[in-house]
Amino acid sequence: MADSETILAAAHEPELQHHFDDSAQQLESSTLGMWVFLVTEVMFFGGMFGGYTVYRNMYPEAFASTSHFMNVTIGAFNTAVLIFSSFTMVLAVRSAQLGQKKALIAFLILTLILGCVFLSLKYVEYHEKWVDHHIPGPGFHYADPRYFHQAQILFFLYFAMTGMHAIHMIIGAGLLAALIVMAARNRFSATWYTPVEMIGLYWHFVDIVWIFLFPLLYLIGHTR
Amino acid sequence: MSPTLPFASTEARTNYLNADYGWKSWLFTTDHKRIALLYLFSITAFFFVGGLFAVGMRVNLLTPQGLFSHETYNKLFTMHGIIMVFFFLVPSIPATLGNFLVPMMIGARDLAFPRINLLSWYIYIVGGIFALIAVIQGGVDTGWTFYAPFSSTYSNTHVILAALGVFVSGFSSILTGLNFIVTIHKMRAPGMTWNRLPLFVWGHYATSLIQVLGTPVIAITLVLLGLERLLHAGIFDPTVGGDPVLFQHLFWFYSHPAVYIMILPGMAVISEIVACFSRKAIFGYSFVAFSSIAIAVLGFLVWGHHLFVAGQSMYASMAFSFISFLVAVPSAIKVFNWTATMYKGSVSYETPMLYAFGFIGLFTIGGLTGLFLATMAIDVHVTDTYFVIAHFHYVMVGGMVMAYLGGIHFWFPKITGRLYPEGWAKFAALVVFVGFNLTFFPQFILGYQGMPRRYAHYPPEFQVLNVMSTAGASILALGYLIPMIYLTWAWRHGPSSPQNPWNAKGLEWEQSPTPPPTYNFDHQPVVTEPAYNYSGREQEVDIGG
Amino acid sequence: MGVFSIFPERASTAAAQVDALYAFLLVVGVGMTALIFFFVFFFAVRYRRKSPDDPAPKAIHGSLPLEITWSVIPFLVMLVMFAWGTKLYFQNYTPPPNNTLDIYVTGKQWMWKVQYPTGQREINELHVPVGRPVKLILASEDVIHSFYIPAFRLKHDVVPGSYQTYWFEATRPGRYHIFCAEYCGTNHSDMGGWVTVMEPSEYATWLTGGTGGSMREQGEKLFQQYGCVTCHVTDRQGRCPSLLNVFGKPVVLDDGRTVMADEAYVRESILNPNAKIVKGYNRDIMPVFEGQIGEDGLLQLIAYVKSLSTPTPPNVTRSTK
Repeated sequence: MADSETILAAAHEPELQHHFDDSAQQLESSTLGMWVFLVTEVMFFGGMFGGYTVYRNMYPEAFASTSHFMNVTIGAFNTAVLIFSSFTMVLAVRSAQLGQKKALIAFLILTLILGCVFLSLKYVEYHEKWVDHHIPGPGFHYADPRYFHQAQILFFLYFAMTGMHAIHMIIGAGLLAALIVMAARNRFSATWYTPVEMIGLYWHFVDIVWIFLFPLLYLIGHTR
Repeated sequence: MSPTLPFASTEARTNYLNADYGWKSWLFTTDHKRIALLYLFSITAFFFVGGLFAVGMRVNLLTPQGLFSHETYNKLFTMHGIIMVFFFLVPSIPATLGNFLVPMMIGARDLAFPRINLLSWYIYIVGGIFALIAVIQGGVDTGWTFYAPFSSTYSNTHVILAALGVFVSGFSSILTGLNFIVTIHKMRAPGMTWNRLPLFVWGHYATSLIQVLGTPVIAITLVLLGLERLLHAGIFDPTVGGDPVLFQHLFWFYSHPAVYIMILPGMAVISEIVACFSRKAIFGYSFVAFSSIAIAVLGFLVWGHHLFVAGQSMYASMAFSFISFLVAVPSAIKVFNWTATMYKGSVSYETPMLYAFGFIGLFTIGGLTGLFLATMAIDVHVTDTYFVIAHFHYVMVGGMVMAYLGGIHFWFPKITGRLYPEGWAKFAALVVFVGFNLTFFPQFILGYQGMPRRYAHYPPEFQVLNVMSTAGASILALGYLIPMIYLTWAWRHGPSSPQNPWNAKGLEWEQSPTPPPTYNFDHQPVVTEPAYNYSGREQEVDIGG
Repeated sequence: MGVFSIFPERASTAAAQVDALYAFLLVVGVGMTALIFFFVFFFAVRYRRKSPDDPAPKAIHGSLPLEITWSVIPFLVMLVMFAWGTKLYFQNYTPPPNNTLDIYVTGKQWMWKVQYPTGQREINELHVPVGRPVKLILASEDVIHSFYIPAFRLKHDVVPGSYQTYWFEATRPGRYHIFCAEYCGTNHSDMGGWVTVMEPSEYATWLTGGTGGSMREQGEKLFQQYGCVTCHVTDRQGRCPSLLNVFGKPVVLDDGRTVMADEAYVRESILNPNAKIVKGYNRDIMPVFEGQIGEDGLLQLIAYVKSLSTPTPPNVTRSTK
C-alpha cells in the first residue's frame, strides 16, 4: 500500500507521475484524456460544418458557381499527402513501441515533411484565391454579380473551415518538432512513449477532419 | 475503513497550506487544492465586479426615467451578464469546490492532469483580463447574448475584445471538464465503484460532459462573429444574404446546456449537505445520480425554446417545448429525493443546511417558472420581459449561489483548518434569503405586466415594483458582504477545527486530515461501504484488507 | 392603475386565453411550491436532531413505486401544460385565412413605422378596430427588434431579411402600450408606442384621413418607375411571368418545387430574382433590385401585386378613394 512518503521517496519508473499508482493507470488516463479532447475538437469543427450545411442548402446555385474555383487537383494531392502522413505517423508509433530510436526519428521527420508539404500547397491555394480576389473582406470581388453576396459567405466558410484546419496542422507540426527533439534526447523507450502515441492520435484526427472537408468543399456539387 | 487519525491540533502538521511558502509555490503549484484556492480568489473578485454592475443597474431602475445615459445602462447589463455567466457561474463550484474535493472524494492524490489544471486557471485569468480590458476601454453594449446583426454590424463597442475574453475562458472550462472526466474514470481508489461515488462526484461528472461537448460550439460561434465584424463577409448579415437567426441557433446550442453547467454542481453540493445534516443516506441515490446524466443529455436538445418568437418553425418550437418539459422531470426527481431524505432523519440547522433549505425552496420556484416559459403560448407573452430575468435569477442566484455559499461553509473547516462563526453565518444566510426574494419576486409580476428587459427607462406604472426590487438588492448585497468579512477573519483567527466537525461521511472527511496534506491521504483509502453510510449498518466487504 | 393586479389589461381575444393558461400554471406552481415548502419545513421540524448523541437514523435507500409516482404524475400535468400551450400558440400565430385587416409594421432603430393599406402612415402608433382580425406583417430595416403588445399578450421578433406575421382580434377600446422587446441598441427602451383600439364606426372615420394614395397606388407608381411594367405586363405574356392572378396561389418552379406566392415570395423575387425561377422561363433576365428598393417600397409593391389577383385575395382592404 502506498502512502505519501513512500510515493515521494520511491525510485520507480522515472516517467511515472506521483499521483498515479502505476504506469498502466497513467497511460490509460493520458489516452482517455486525448480522446476526450478530440471529441471537443469534433464539436468545435461541427459548428462550422453546421453553418456550411445551412448556407449550402440556402444557396445551391451560388455554391455550384463557387465550386469552379476549388482546386481539386491540389485538394486531391493534399488528401493523399495527409493520408500517407498518417501512415508514417503509425510507423513512428510502432517504432517507439519497439524502442527503435532511429526509425522513430526518421518517421517523425517524414510525417513532419509531409505536413509541411500539405501546408505549402495550402499556401499555393490561398494565394490563388488572393489573386482572384476571393478572400472575404473589403477586397472581395466575384465575377458573377448574381452571386456576389452568397459567394462571399461561402468563401468565408471555406476559409474559416480550411483555415481552422490549417491552424491545427501548424500546431501539429510544432508538436512533431518537439517529439523529434525529445526522441533525439532519448526520452522515449519501449516502456514509455506516451507523447508519441497521443500526438499520433491528434495527427490522425486532423487528418480525418480533412477527409471530411475535401469531399464537402471540393467534390460534391463540383461542376466544370 | 482506516481509523481516524489522532491529530486534534492542526498546527503541528504539515498540510497543503504550509507545505511551502512564497508566491512561486502558489503560482506554479500543481496541487489541486491550491489551484482551487487560486480559482476561489479570482472567481470571488469577478463576482464583485459583476455585482457592482448589478448595483449600477438597480440604482438606475429606481426611477422611470433612469439615472445614467442609455449607453451606460446598456453596457452595465451587458457586462453584468458576461462576467456573471462566463467568469463567475460557469467556473464557480467546479473550479473551486470541484477541484478541491473530487480527487479527495474518490480517494486519489490529485486530478489526472495536475499541470493542465494549473494551465486552465491561467487560461481563465487571461480570458478575464481580456474581458476587463474590454470594460476599461469603454465596455460592450450587445447584451451577453451578442445577437447579430446588432453585434456583428451595428455595435460600436469592444465586441471582439469581450468575445475574445469569453472564447479564451471557454478553454479553461473545457480543460477542467476533461480533467474531471478522466480523473473520475481512472483514478478511483480500490473499492470506489461507480455506485459508491458521492453524488457530488456524479454531479461534477455530468457537468464535465456538458463542458466538454458544449463549450467548443460557443467558441466557434464567437470566432465566426469576430471574423464577421472584421471582414463583413455577411454570414449573419441579412442585407448580404446571411441569416441572423443562425447566430441564435449556434449561440443557444451551447448557452442552454451552459445553464446546466451552472446548476448541476450546485445540486451536487446540496446532495452532500442534505445527507450530512439529516445524518441519512440520500433517498433514491441511483435516481439522483442518473438524473444528473439525464439533465446533461436532455439539456442539449432544448435550445430552441429561446427562439419561440424568433421566427423558428412552429413545429420545431413544439418539439423543443416538449423536450423542455421532459428535462424538468429529473430536476423534480432530485428535489423530491432531497426532501424524502429528511424523512425520519436527524435534521440539524447549521448554516450549510440553511443554505440547502433555501436552495430547495428557491430552485423549486425557479424551476417551476421554467415550465411557464416552456409553455409556448405563455412564452410569447413573457419572453424578453422581467419574467425571464426573475426565472433565471431564481435558479442561478437563489439556487446556484446559495449552494455555493452552503458548500463554502460546509467545507470551510476542511479547506482552512478553522471554524467560521456560526451565529454570523446563520444571520447572513437569512439576510441573503430575504434580500433575494425581495429583489426578484417582484420581477415575476413586472414581467407578466409587460415590462421588457434591457430597458434603461420604463413607464411610470412599473416604478413601485422596481423600487421594491432595488431595496431587496441592497439587502442581498449586505448578505453577500457579511460572509466575505467573517470568512476572511475566520481563516486567520477562527478556532481550529477538528478533523471532522460535522461528523460527515466521505473520504475527504473521514480519511484525510484537516487541512489535508499535499497528497491528501496518509494511507491509501480502500472503500468498503456505500456512500452516506450514516446508519453504519451496511458494511460491504469485498476488498480484502 | 387603480387596483393593483398581476395581470395587465386584457384587450384581445388571445389575452383572456393566455391568462387562463397562466392561471392554471400558477395554481400548479403555487401548489407544488407550497407542497415542497410544507414537507421541507415539516420534516425539518418533526425530525430535528434533539441532541448530538441522538442515534443515527436507519437508512432508507429509496422506493421505486414512489419514484415512479412522483415522476409520472408531474409529467402528466406537464403534458396538459404542453398541449394547452401548443394549441394556443398555433392559434395565436396562425392568422385566419380570410377577412383579416393587414397592417404593415417596419421597425428600425429606434421607431416603428406603420403603414395601412389605405395609405396612412404613422410613427409609433397603431390604430385598429374592435372585433376584426388584424394581421401584422413585420419587417426590419436594420437589427432584430420585437413588436410587443402586453395587453394583447402577443409579441413576435422582427427580423431583418424576412417577413414575420402574427394576428390578433382586439376586444376593448382603449390605448395600450407597444414595446420593443428585443434589445436593439442605444434607444431600445425608447422604442415604444401606442396601439389605439377603436369602435368600428370611429375607425372608419379615422381611416378617411389618409394621404398620398393607398399602398396599392404607391406600389403601382413604383411598378412603373422601376420598369417592372415592361416585362410583367399584366394583360399579356412577355419574357417573364404575368403577375395577373399570381398572388396567393401556388407557383411551379423550374426545379420542380411548388411554392406559395406570398409576401415573402414577392419580396425575394424582387431582391434576388434568380433564387426561384418559374417553370418555363429563363434565369438572369430580371434585374437584381437588392439595395435599390427599401422595405417601405417593397411593401407597397407587394400591395400592388396583391391587387392584381381576382377575386382580390380576401386579406386586402380596397382603397376608399
